[in-house]
Amino acid sequence: MSDTTLLKGGRVLDPSQVMDGTLDVLLKDGLIVSVGDAISAPEDARTIDCTGLLVTPGLIDVHVHLREPGGEHKETIATGARSAAAGGFTAVCAMPNTDPPLDDPASVGWVLAEGKRAGAARVYPTGCISVDRAGERLAPVGEMIDAGAVAITDDGSPIMKSGLMRLALDYAQSFGIPVADHPEDLSLSPAGQMNEGLMSTRMGLVGKPNASEDIHIIRDLLLAELTGGHIHLQHVSTRWGVDAIRQAKARGVHVTAEASPHHLVLTDEAVEGYRTEAKMNPPLRTAEDVEAVRAGLADGSLDHIATDHAPHHYDEKEAPFAEAPNGIVGLETAVGIILTRVVDEGVIDLPTMIERMSCHPAKTFNLPGGTLAPGGVADVSVLDLSAEWTVDASNFASKSRNTPFDGWALKGGPAYTIVGGRIVWER
Amino acid sequence: MNPSVSPLGKDLVGLESLSREQILSILDTAEPFKEISERRIKKVPVLRGKTIVNLFFEASTRTRVSFEFAEKRLSADTVNISSSGSSVVKGETLVDTARNLEAMRIDMVVMRHGASGAARFLGERIPSNVINAGDGQHEHPTQGLLDLLTIRDHKGPIDGLKVCIVGDVLHSRVARSNIHGLMKLGAEVAVCGPPTLLPYEIAGLGVKVFTRVEEAIEWADVLNILRLQLERMQGGYVPSLREYNRIWGVTSARLKVAPREILILHPGPMNRGVEIDSDVADGPHSVILNQVTNGVAVRMAVLYLLAGGQPESAEAAKQGGDS
Repeated sequence: MSDTTLLKGGRVLDPSQVMDGTLDVLLKDGLIVSVGDAISAPEDARTIDCTGLLVTPGLIDVHVHLREPGGEHKETIATGARSAAAGGFTAVCAMPNTDPPLDDPASVGWVLAEGKRAGAARVYPTGCISVDRAGERLAPVGEMIDAGAVAITDDGSPIMKSGLMRLALDYAQSFGIPVADHPEDLSLSPAGQMNEGLMSTRMGLVGKPNASEDIHIIRDLLLAELTGGHIHLQHVSTRWGVDAIRQAKARGVHVTAEASPHHLVLTDEAVEGYRTEAKMNPPLRTAEDVEAVRAGLADGSLDHIATDHAPHHYDEKEAPFAEAPNGIVGLETAVGIILTRVVDEGVIDLPTMIERMSCHPAKTFNLPGGTLAPGGVADVSVLDLSAEWTVDASNFASKSRNTPFDGWALKGGPAYTIVGGRIVWER
Repeated sequence: MNPSVSPLGKDLVGLESLSREQILSILDTAEPFKEISERRIKKVPVLRGKTIVNLFFEASTRTRVSFEFAEKRLSADTVNISSSGSSVVKGETLVDTARNLEAMRIDMVVMRHGASGAARFLGERIPSNVINAGDGQHEHPTQGLLDLLTIRDHKGPIDGLKVCIVGDVLHSRVARSNIHGLMKLGAEVAVCGPPTLLPYEIAGLGVKVFTRVEEAIEWADVLNILRLQLERMQGGYVPSLREYNRIWGVTSARLKVAPREILILHPGPMNRGVEIDSDVADGPHSVILNQVTNGVAVRMAVLYLLAGGQPESAEAAKQGGDS
């Protein structure tokens, strides 16, 4: 029995084909069959009326923490995959900083299988760069990729040893995968709790200077240049970091980079009152940095919008600031935040948003999707640009509620999330 | 007393959030309370029936004892909890510890905690009054207040005075409370120390910055000399105690060339021969022990005001007329 779905009458926006118009999209057996004018529904097709809605290639978040194994009180692969679907994402890349970390093919394969079992957004595992995330020697990269890893990273911890990063960038080239790094020179940010600046001085919190991130970004760029490897810089938050990436791209260095929604819209002033839901790493920085990240996203220096979805149990965040863990959930607010506070404010246009949230992530991480071209996977995000809604963390599909955006009034959100031709979430 | 209206709000977490008038009212309220500690029978019924918990997650002698004397001399019932030997070492969270105390129907918590913001955190979660006895590197408001009171005792009104805080400003909650309190009362404030121990963008708080102690001495009417915590050596912030004393130590030789008499404060405990030489600490311009005496009076004033006492009724309350 075939499974056929017709998405009827929506505004179909697919930057991968420079396509933007009122069109129909026909999905069959998990693949995209055709996109066109007035496609008549086959007899057995389910028709979804997309009038007034935006139909785009499925959104992909290359940076999420699903916490399983080891942190199931914060999130599981299943709840994380559902949270992604509820946020309009059809696929996510799960970071390997679990407990134990994903540093061998068995654990990578297990995450892949659990992701499939969840039956929501697709879950692509990533594997560690180093054994036990200890930053000392390479993990079995080839075997992890055979088992389904789409990138390697020690995210949460930077690779402090330049020699190891060089090896990783060299070695990964056999497999054509990105080496993703959390750029931070820890010797410049020991015990850091927030951005170093007047706010940290006033609040008596230990700061992380921009330079701790800048130095590491520049080092990684130099090593990518040396090796020809693909460096992927995660959650870039500093003005000189963006600038260094821009310059490296101009020199032809193989670099891709992310901007997180929170670094696009919030400054370190959100920490006022010791609000632990504004505590993350890298920290929220100054208005000047936010402007630079926005400019970097607009001019393509930063390729992706990635949420760094980092669930934590409320007991963990309900603590004095220094004792609370880093990170916020982001999957279910990203679309609304980006539409309301980035697109509507004119930083990027809608096609660029879809490019940064779908086409580019698919391309740079070699993932299926990112296009509505016939023959591709039937991963489609249907968004309602006019929906006005208020963030209510208590309704999240995620297990966790740690967001600085609770109560924000937003315009635009997901309407249907379709993975492999199947509706995995609808409003 | 009307317990519902405190002129300071519910909690005292720092001086940054207080107005000039509130700070002055605490200092003025402390004046009549000074005398209680000079009596033969050092007890008045101002806080009779109030239950106060002194919750100390970090070691403290001076501050804890000073609070306890203040509470007892005002007739409050007090309990001391320190982190060692409490349920905290068994893994209980701060919220749970506080809620359990609250469940025993207490009135006030005096807390010292290693995390900046901890006092505010607690105050937002329990109905009892919370007094910050030092939170991380944030504030130590009663220390700031007793410093202000001591300066005022010896120099008159704070307005226009030049006060320099010398030493490890980076890690100091005393420094931040002093900066906010002094500036609100109209002082000119400076900090001085090795740049490794001065916080980033500290000038943004409106203070002058000196990196040589000679310049501070040339400029100041008052020096508040901070303790150099010995663990800072391990952190590599300064190369050695000897070098620290040599370059940043407040010595009588350096004070001798000062253009005016400089009042010397130190929050204690002192490292004699490191940040301050003994002949300065014990010298004629040192008011270090006056600070300690004033500490009890200031803490009485804070307890009294948070319990709903009015500044103008303090004298009467002390006589037992308003309890």
